[in-house]
Amino acid sequence: MIDAPALHLSGRATIGGTPIFGPLTLEAPAGEWTCLLGPSGVGKSTLLRLLAGLGEEVVFDGDLAAGDGAPLQGRVALMAQSDLLLPWLDATENVALGARLRGEAPQRDRARDVLVRVGLADHAGKRPHALSGGQRQRVALARTLMEDRPVVLLDEPFSALDARARARMQDLSAEVLAGRTVLHVTHDAGEAARLGTRVLVMSRDGLADVPPPDTRPPRPFDAGDTLAYQGKLMRLLMEAV
Amino acid sequence: MTRALRIAGIALLAFAAWQALVTLTGLPRFILPGPGLVFGTLWTSRALIAEHAVVTATEVLLGLGLGAVLGFGSAILLAASPLARSVLRPMLVFSQAVPVFALAPILTLWLGYGLWSKVAMALLIIYFPVTSAFFDALMRTPPGWLELARVMNAAPSRILWRIRVPAALPGFASGLRLAAVYAPIGAIIGEWVGASRGLGYLMLLANGRAKIDLMFAALIVLAVLTLLVHAAVDALCRRLWER
Repeated sequence: MIDAPALHLSGRATIGGTPIFGPLTLEAPAGEWTCLLGPSGVGKSTLLRLLAGLGEEVVFDGDLAAGDGAPLQGRVALMAQSDLLLPWLDATENVALGARLRGEAPQRDRARDVLVRVGLADHAGKRPHALSGGQRQRVALARTLMEDRPVVLLDEPFSALDARARARMQDLSAEVLAGRTVLHVTHDAGEAARLGTRVLVMSRDGLADVPPPDTRPPRPFDAGDTLAYQGKLMRLLMEAV
Repeated sequence: MTRALRIAGIALLAFAAWQALVTLTGLPRFILPGPGLVFGTLWTSRALIAEHAVVTATEVLLGLGLGAVLGFGSAILLAASPLARSVLRPMLVFSQAVPVFALAPILTLWLGYGLWSKVAMALLIIYFPVTSAFFDALMRTPPGWLELARVMNAAPSRILWRIRVPAALPGFASGLRLAAVYAPIGAIIGEWVGASRGLGYLMLLANGRAKIDLMFAALIVLAVLTLLVHAAVDALCRRLWER
């Protein structure tokens, strides 16, 4: 139902002459969930920002495209580490923010449906300060869904949540974002092991493709193969430069 | 209730200290009248003081309102347009090098002895604090919100009105709170330079006739007026962004 393109990026990036990443080549298959795993400071977020059309401060030498050749502009939704909810709007208005900012008619009914889908039916009229961290990140997920873009870029969106809220958000995201091309930047090996259909470990040397177990995400956090794979990723992270 | 009691207690203490100072030093009443005399005068001259207080209050409120509108507009213009920033901002900063007090005689010359020269003084004195507080807040929108808006293909004008302005309203409010205290200063200076009405005029008049008790009574009314304006602005600002 969603015509999601693959993502392709190859090249190197610098900020003010300081190398940030690359040269490297990243391929995120169409309609799949690609995790980009790596320690802080290897340029994961910069790479994501480039794909989102942000990062004017970055000098990027290379090419960046969607698999279908059409521009990415307008086909990307972004979910960041911070929920970025506007404190003066309630949950429904925050979810419908995109339409408001484009001058389109706000679809309040659809926004409420999406909130129901992320399990916040009872919180639609609440302002962000009245919600917990996990609930706020659910609103952010609902806002991302509301945009209905074929490509979704996730920049450590669950890293500030406690372990239980994080696991629930992972399950929910895997369910509601299925079928879209997801590129998920994370530094959590367990998260990559649960969610990725493709997992790329990023280090100064570039990207290493580490094939995950064959099971469909979200994988159970206590399954043997998930845990073994998580350990393998952790080992790679520890050994990476 | 406890807060009101505390304030009343502090006021009583201050008046007691004031009376003690007068009694102990034996200062003549044309230098420092005691609180009893001042409040007596405040009561007997209440009609006179009220008449002048209404004039000053009108000047302050008009100056505050116009200054707030102008400051709001200027800050938006500066935030929205880099061209306006590069041209107007140096002028704005330079204009602050001119002491506003020194402009009072010129304003009186241009706008006359009536209300508007005082309104202009109040406006000039609050314009910069309001503009700069709001402008600074407009330029400090959390970058994450702006990036999110860009990924959502928002038009710059909508980013301004839907995100930057609401996010900056607390900054505007702190500018207004400062303005509420500054505006009476402008109005009084204007009245001192040339007026036939207002609390500032009344104070000068009382001083000239050695009615120091009346002068102090007018001063107390002026202080209460300033506190009331500040409290009203504060209450308004709270409603403004806490809806």
